[in-house]
Amino acid sequence: MKRKILISGNEAMGEAAIRAGCRFYAGYPITPQNELTAYMANAFQKAGGIFIQPESELAAISMVYGASASGVRAMTSSSSPGISLKQEGISYISGAHIPAVIINVMRAGPGLGNIWPAQSDYFQAVKGGGHGDYHMIVLAPGSVQESFDLTKLAFDLADKYRIASMILSDGILGQIMEALEFDDESKPPQPPEKPWALTGAKDRKPNIVRSLSMKRDEVEKNNLLLQKKYRRIESAEVRFEASGLKDAALAVVAYGSMSRIAKSAVESLRKQGKKVGIFRPITLWPFPKKQLEKLSGKTKKILVVEMSCGQMVEDVRLAAAKSATVGFYGRSGGGIPTEKQVTREILKMLAQKR
Amino acid sequence: MAKNYKRPESLVDVATHYCAGCGHGILHRIVAEVIDELGVREKTIAIAPVGCAVSAYDYWQFDCAEAAHGRALAVATAIKRVQPDKVVFTYQGDGDLAAIGTAETIHAANRGENLTVIFVNNAVYGMTGGQMAPTTLADQKTATTPAGRDVKKEGFPLKISEMLVLLDGVYSVERTSLSTPAGVLVTKKAIKGAFENQIQGKGFSIVEVLSMCPTYWDKSPADSARWIEEVLSQYFKLGKLK
Ligand SMILES: Cc1ncc(C[n+]2csc(CCOP(=O)(O)OP(=O)(O)O)c2C)c(N)n1
Repeated sequence: MKRKILISGNEAMGEAAIRAGCRFYAGYPITPQNELTAYMANAFQKAGGIFIQPESELAAISMVYGASASGVRAMTSSSSPGISLKQEGISYISGAHIPAVIINVMRAGPGLGNIWPAQSDYFQAVKGGGHGDYHMIVLAPGSVQESFDLTKLAFDLADKYRIASMILSDGILGQIMEALEFDDESKPPQPPEKPWALTGAKDRKPNIVRSLSMKRDEVEKNNLLLQKKYRRIESAEVRFEASGLKDAALAVVAYGSMSRIAKSAVESLRKQGKKVGIFRPITLWPFPKKQLEKLSGKTKKILVVEMSCGQMVEDVRLAAAKSATVGFYGRSGGGIPTEKQVTREILKMLAQKR
Repeated sequence: MAKNYKRPESLVDVATHYCAGCGHGILHRIVAEVIDELGVREKTIAIAPVGCAVSAYDYWQFDCAEAAHGRALAVATAIKRVQPDKVVFTYQGDGDLAAIGTAETIHAANRGENLTVIFVNNAVYGMTGGQMAPTTLADQKTATTPAGRDVKKEGFPLKISEMLVLLDGVYSVERTSLSTPAGVLVTKKAIKGAFENQIQGKGFSIVEVLSMCPTYWDKSPADSARWIEEVLSQYFKLGKLK
């Protein structure tokens, strides 16, 4: 039976985790994601599950590593400064091929910044904020509904590829309340068999969860294995949303809550007869580069809008700048581009000769 | 005559990478013997540290996780909470447990996690070339204290086991030494007790083992053992602390 409730983005991600069969959560308090930590504490108390408020984000991510190495679905969440501390564990999780779900409800930086929304952790999320040659799957929801749907997906992808999946949310998406619809009777999926998990060496050889090898060629081999996995993910898991692009002279590219504001601007301009459309990456890694490359073949003006000083724009340029002009507008440090400002930038770029 | 002394099932039949006279090899064997004697090999999960014992899993025949430097007790906490029926222990050096991992150590202990901790105190960082450890003695020369540890600048050797005694969540704390055959037997008894505590659900148990590092003490193996007897164990007093 379908159920429809009013819920915040933070809590929707918690509900999704429970429904995805998450059995372990560790999280250290930080605004603007505290509702999620409290939600997990409450939900696990009722449904059974292990909740730990650890001494730090360093410990939290290492706990997720341990829980996941034990074979259960495990998650942690935080906001930007805390996610910086988790980079150590994310690198180890990646090197050891274990699944994990990590939620970043982004706030402004650098440093302590403030608790206002931002998108300035894009580089950290998609380029690998920790050490080593690795990637996470990075999913960027644009609504409360999508925060729920993508969190469930994050668990499936993490298990499927034995990889860390990150939900890149932000202070707006975490805090807003919207309608959420879900199947109330759906049972958590049965996670795949995990013959590699540490469950005791009974009737089998010992399992070891590790990323180290003293032998140089073994680490290189592991890296090649990781790269093979990343290529598979790039060819199978790209997700995006596009509208109004058929006849567009200009395409706005934006993700997350920024895409909501950009969409309002684009829709008003279309009503006025302007040929503008919007392209919204849902997977930030793997990035929809082929789709953007194709788009740049016919839409010659692309405007990237971000709540940052310009991060995703670099990936858009790599994909599209050969054939199209790529412009950028962004605000940072908690500043949020308004619909009016985005509209102004679109009109400015439309008026420019190429 | 029956042959009683044999290689434990939990110990892989290979030569270790440890230096001559190093304590890690003895301690690996003790752990393996205890796991065998308790009959829990098939449900044991070890957490290896970052340090000389990082590849302890090459020598043990049970499941093992590597942890980031200092995070062994966070990893162990989660493994044990998810699988309370398993026997979970960490094996950590003094840098791992008492410097970079101090927070993880104190808080796992304070939560009273039902875990066993083998804490190898060799008073230096072995893996990285003999630098000062939190447990380096006053005036002890290391790679980073060439004139000896100056307590006015570098602080006093950290008695983390004594600190843990104060925590209500901690069930048992004992300090032993590998410097004599008698010390090895006491160490084995203490480690067995620390595992039995876990199996009986009694809670956090730690055994700090004073262990030789001839290479970075710049001493022969025999002199290293003597140095533990005469010097190191005078500061880090042996015995049951809790
Ligand atoms: C984050 C991080 N910092 C530093 C190191 C380098 N490192 C490896 S082992 C080690 C010290 C180990 O000393 P100890 O825990 O006393 O164990 P031992 O080698 O003496 O057995 C250090 C600093 C590392 N691997 N990771």
